Amino acid sequence: MAVNGAVTWLRRAEEIDGYDLSASDSEEVHVLAVDDSLVDRKVIERLLKITSCKVTAVDSGRRALQFLGLDEEKEANGFDGLKVDLIITDYCMPGMTGYELLKKVKESSVFREIPVVIMSSENVIARIDRCLEEGAEDFIVKPVKLSDVKRIIDYMTMDFREGEERRGGINKRKLRDDGDDRFSSSPPSTLSSSSPTAPSNWILRPDVSK
Amino acid sequence: MLGLAADRLRADTNRLLAFLFHQGILDEQFLQLQQLEDESSPNFVSEVVNIYFHESEKLLRNLRSLLMDRELSDYNKMGIHLNQFMGSSSSIGAKRIRNVCVAFRAASEQNNRAGCLRALELLEHEYCFLKNKLHELFQIQQQRVLAAGVRYPMQN
Repeated sequence: MAVNGAVTWLRRAEEIDGYDLSASDSEEVHVLAVDDSLVDRKVIERLLKITSCKVTAVDSGRRALQFLGLDEEKEANGFDGLKVDLIITDYCMPGMTGYELLKKVKESSVFREIPVVIMSSENVIARIDRCLEEGAEDFIVKPVKLSDVKRIIDYMTMDFREGEERRGGINKRKLRDDGDDRFSSSPPSTLSSSSPTAPSNWILRPDVSK
Repeated sequence: MLGLAADRLRADTNRLLAFLFHQGILDEQFLQLQQLEDESSPNFVSEVVNIYFHESEKLLRNLRSLLMDRELSDYNKMGIHLNQFMGSSSSIGAKRIRNVCVAFRAASEQNNRAGCLRALELLEHEYCFLKNKLHELFQIQQQRVLAAGVRYPMQN
């Protein structure tokens, strides 16, 4: 399942942008950030910008779906030239929760391959598990730090570049190749934030070590 | 002369921050925000904090009016406001305020009006204190920027 999805994702990038893949090395990761708190939106926006991402920040799950073009169940090509590479959403929001947004994204044939990361101030194992089972890529306990964002973007960028090799599946329960299943015993953000072991020479980003 | 002023201002900043950390008023998340400032975003902390102040004052007003309604204290709504307040406080590193919110939320979950009132007063007090201290901090930082500007008039 993941293998097909990955190939589609990569191919989609080529088609939409009209670039061949080598040119997209210099493209920024476009992140859709969803949080009802303005303070948190400001912070996550800054964290993502420092990690050299393009950011679109919205205040609700509804708006996130609208931005994706999912809200009225419009068919894909709701890309509008700005494909979303990652969705990072707060869990607790009025109206649609982050969990509900996650489900809607994963139910969509067009968008289900977009990784979704959940943020929550409540460090509840059951909640974390539920999100991961629904297909969330990762779960960050708030307050969000630069190391959390870097870890996710590094992992994503590495994953994208390695293509088929890694795409035996984004193992939702693992962050790195070293593979201990740490999710079931402790929340992801308490893991050490050392970078994944991928070579960094083909990740063309300015040095963001601050 | 100007060099000494800059040094003194930096010392003032450090002393104030040390005090705030030592008292548990701020935690390392505030430091994290400071690390996100750079030439491209030199006022990031004060921008976020000002948004926080604006939102907090609204939340505090709402909490007070919910509690003052003797007929029907909507503890549910209070809980929602408190969650918001807790979240934003935690995001800027306002540790003490966040902790008071936790106690406040516990009281509201028990429909304990007296406990809620006490917590609200404490919350208002902590909030005022933090606001004053952070304003002081930003003022010192503004002076530092001015001092640096006077020192190097040729730099733009």
